[in-house]
Amino acid sequence: MITQLLRVLSLADYNTRVVMFGTVTLGIAGGVAGVFLLLRRRALLVDAVSHASLPGVAAAFLLAVTLGGSGRSLPVLMLGALVSGLLGMGCVIIISRFTRLSQDAALGIVLSVFFGFGAALLGIIQKMRGAQAAGLDGFIFGKTASMIRSEALLIGIAALVVIVLTAVLFKELRLFTFDPDFAAGDGWPVQRLDLLLMTLVVAVTILGLQAVGIILIIAILIVPPAAARFWTDNLLVMVLLSALIGALGAYFGTGISAIAPRLPAGAVIVTVLGAAFLFSLLFGSSRGVVRAALWSRAVNRNTLRQNLLRALFEYEESGVRHGMQEQLQYLQSVRGWTVRELRRAIRMLARSGMIYHVSGQPWRFSETGSGAAMRVTRNHRLWEVYLLEHADVAPSQVDQGADFIEHVLGETLVAELEAALPRFGKALPTSVHSLSNADHGGGG
Amino acid sequence: MILWTSLDTWIVVAGALAGAACALVGAFLVLRKTSMMGDAISHAVLPGIAIAFIMTASRAAGVMFIGAAIVGVITALLVEVVRRYGKLEHGASMGVVFTVLFAVGLILIERAARHVDIHPEHVLYGAVELVPLHVVTLAGFELPRGVAVLLVTLIVNLTVITALFKELRLATFDPGLATTLGINATAMHYLLMTLTALTTVAAFEVVGSILVIAMLIVPGATAHLLTRRLLPFLVVSVVVAVMAAFLGHIAAIGIPPWFGFEDTSSSGSMATVLGLLFLLAFLAAPEQGVIARGLNLAGLRLSIVTQDALGLLARAAEDPQNPDAGLSFADFCLVSRSPFTARAPALTVALLLLRLRGQVSASGNRYRLTARGRAEALRVLRAHRLWERFFYDDGQVELDELHAAADLLEHYTDAGLRNALAERFAGQSTDPRGRRIP
Repeated sequence: MITQLLRVLSLADYNTRVVMFGTVTLGIAGGVAGVFLLLRRRALLVDAVSHASLPGVAAAFLLAVTLGGSGRSLPVLMLGALVSGLLGMGCVIIISRFTRLSQDAALGIVLSVFFGFGAALLGIIQKMRGAQAAGLDGFIFGKTASMIRSEALLIGIAALVVIVLTAVLFKELRLFTFDPDFAAGDGWPVQRLDLLLMTLVVAVTILGLQAVGIILIIAILIVPPAAARFWTDNLLVMVLLSALIGALGAYFGTGISAIAPRLPAGAVIVTVLGAAFLFSLLFGSSRGVVRAALWSRAVNRNTLRQNLLRALFEYEESGVRHGMQEQLQYLQSVRGWTVRELRRAIRMLARSGMIYHVSGQPWRFSETGSGAAMRVTRNHRLWEVYLLEHADVAPSQVDQGADFIEHVLGETLVAELEAALPRFGKALPTSVHSLSNADHGGGG
Repeated sequence: MILWTSLDTWIVVAGALAGAACALVGAFLVLRKTSMMGDAISHAVLPGIAIAFIMTASRAAGVMFIGAAIVGVITALLVEVVRRYGKLEHGASMGVVFTVLFAVGLILIERAARHVDIHPEHVLYGAVELVPLHVVTLAGFELPRGVAVLLVTLIVNLTVITALFKELRLATFDPGLATTLGINATAMHYLLMTLTALTTVAAFEVVGSILVIAMLIVPGATAHLLTRRLLPFLVVSVVVAVMAAFLGHIAAIGIPPWFGFEDTSSSGSMATVLGLLFLLAFLAAPEQGVIARGLNLAGLRLSIVTQDALGLLARAAEDPQNPDAGLSFADFCLVSRSPFTARAPALTVALLLLRLRGQVSASGNRYRLTARGRAEALRVLRAHRLWERFFYDDGQVELDELHAAADLLEHYTDAGLRNALAERFAGQSTDPRGRRIP
C-alpha cells in the first residue's frame, strides 16, 4: 500500500504524470481564481453554475448520439456544460432581479431544478439501447483515472491563462475586489473586470468537472482560499498560499485515489483539502482558533492582573488598614469578583513576585509590584481625565470607559495621553472620583 | 400508452409525502433567507448516514434519524464557527463545510457498501423502484417501508410546526421581537436545521437528495411569489410539492416515449416539474408575476403619456392666440418643455388611446379636447398648478425648477390629494407664475 502510494506520488508512470499534471494545475488555477471569488462573496454562485451544467452535458450527449456521433467527445460535452452552466447563472440573476426572493433562494432553485433536469436526461440516456453512457457518471462524482493527455494539457493551458491574467491584472483585481465602488468611481472598467473574473471562474469550473465532479468542483475554488485566509491578511500571500494548498490537495488526493480506484477522485481531493482547511482553521497564524483562544486568554489574564494591581493600589492609597479578611472583602466588592477570580488574580500576582504577605496579614506590594501598580493606575487615571476633558464623557461613566481601554494602552498611546494632558507631567493624577462621588467605594 | 401499476402509485405517494414534508420545513428556510442551508445540510448528512450504516450494518431508521439530527446541528454549528473565525461570508463558509462533509461521506459510503447495498448514485437519485420491496405493517395497514418512514416524518414535521407555529412565525419575521418576548430565535434556527436533516434522511432513500433539495426550496419560493400570508404560504408550498410529485412521475413515464426513449428517473423529473411550476408562478403570479408587473407598468406609462397629452391640450386651450384651441402632431413635440420631445411613438400611442376613449377629437392634422376630455385635462392641469403653488410657497423651490417637480407628481394625484392641496391654498387662484388654477 505504502510502496504503491510512493510509486504514484513519485510520478513513476506516464499515466500518473498525465493525471497529476491535470489535477495539480487545476488545483493551482482553482486556488488562484478562488481567492477573488471568495472575496467577492460569490462562492455559491459557482455551485449553481456547476450543478446547472449537468443538463448541458446530458443534452450534448443526446444530441451527439442522435446526430450519429459517439457522444463521448469531451469538447462537445464541455461545450454543453458551459452553455447550460451560463444559462443557470443567467437564471439566478433574473430570479433575484425580478422577484422578491433572495439570491440565496434563486441559487437553490436553479441548482436543484437544473440538476434534477440533468438527472432526468441521464435517466433517459442510461436506458438507451447501445449508448455508451458510462463516461457520464464521472461528471457527477469525478473521475481522474480516465484523463488523457489532451485533457490534461487543456487544463494546464487554462491554468496558465488564469495565472498570467491574475499576475498582470493583480493591482486592478485587488482594488476591484476590496472596493468595487471606489474602483468604479475612480474610472476602472469594473464591469469588464467582473466579467473577466467570472469567466476565469466558470472556465476553471467547467474544465474541472470531469476530474472533481459537478457536486464538489466548488470546493476546488473555495476551500484553498478559505484555508489560506487563516494564515494571512495580505492578498498576494493569500493568492500564493491558496495556489499551494490547491496544488498539494490535488497532488495527494490524486495519489490516494490512484491506489484506491473505487473511491471517487473528487471526493478524495476535497477530503485532503478539507484536512488542510481544518488544520488552518485550528492553527492558522493569523485567524486560527488556537491562536485566537491563546490571545484572548492572555488578554483576560492581563486584565485580571492589572485590575487587581489597581484595586490594591487604591486600597493602599485610601490609607485604611484592615486585617487580611477585610482586605479581601474590600477587593472582592470593588471589582465584583467571585472568590475564585480573586484567588486566581492573587495567585498570579504572588507568583510573579509583585505582592507578598505574612500569613494572616494583609497583602502588600513588593517593590516591582508597587511600580507596576503605579503605572497601571496612572494609565487608568490619565485616560479618565482625557475622556472627561476631551471626549465630554460624564464623570460617572469614565470609569467604565477607562476600564475597557486601559489594558490595551501601548507605550505610544500613553505618551500621547501625557502630551495631551501636560499638567500632570510624570506624576500620578488623583482619582477623578474622590470628590465627585466619595461614597463610590473607591472604584476610580 | 402509459401502463400504470401499483409501483407507480407508490412512487407518487412517496414523492408526495417527501415533497410535503420538505415543503413544510423549506417554506421557513425560504422565508428566513437560509434556503442554501437546506442544500448544505442535505449534502452534509451523508457522512452521518454512512457512519450509521457502517456501525449498524443495516438501514435501521432509528439510528439514522439520531445520526441525522446530530449532523444537522453540527453542520449549522460548523458553518457558524467557520464564518466567525474565518471572517468568511455565510455562503462561502457553507460551501466549505458541506463540500468537505459530502466528500468525506462519499468515501465512507464506498466503505459502507461492503456492509449494506448502497452506492453514491443511490444517495443522489434515490432508489424509488425498490420502494415496494420492503413492506412493514403500520396500524394494521401494509405499507412499503420507505413510505411509512416518510409518513412518520411528515407527521413529525406537521406536529412540530403546528405546536410551535407562533414561535416560528415570530422568530422568522422579527427575531428581535421574538427574543424580547422570551422566544429563543437561535433555538428555533437549530430546530429548523434538525428538522431539515431528519427530513433529508427520511427522503433520500426513496427520492434521492436532488429531489430533497428541490422540494425544500422550490415550493417555498413558488409560494413566496403567490401569497404574503404565512398560513396560505405553507398550504401553497405543500400543494405545489404534491402536484410536482404527481405530474413529475407522469412526465417521467409519459414524455420520453414521445421521442422514442424509455422512461426516466422520477425524482429528476419531479424536480424539473417543480422548476416549471416555479416558472409559471414567476411569469403569471397575480401580483408579483413578470406579466402582471409588466402590464401594471405599461398601464402606468400609458396613463402618464395620456395625461401629459391632455395637459398640453389644456394649456393650448388657454392660449388666446391659438384660434381653434388645438395642437397639431408637430406642435405637441415643439411646445416649450414638452414631454414628447423626441418621443413621437409615445405621442402616437397616447393620441390613439385618447381618441378611442373619446377625450380627444381630430380634424385634419389638429387635435382638440372633447367635452369629456376637457374635464380630465383640467383635473391634470389643476393638480399641476396646485403642486407648483405648493412647492413655491411651502417648499421654497425656485421658479425654474417648479415645472419638473409638478410634472412628475401630477400623475400620482388623486381627488383626495387634489382637494387637500386646494384646501391648503384656498385663497389663491393662480400658480406662482400667475396662471389661473382651473
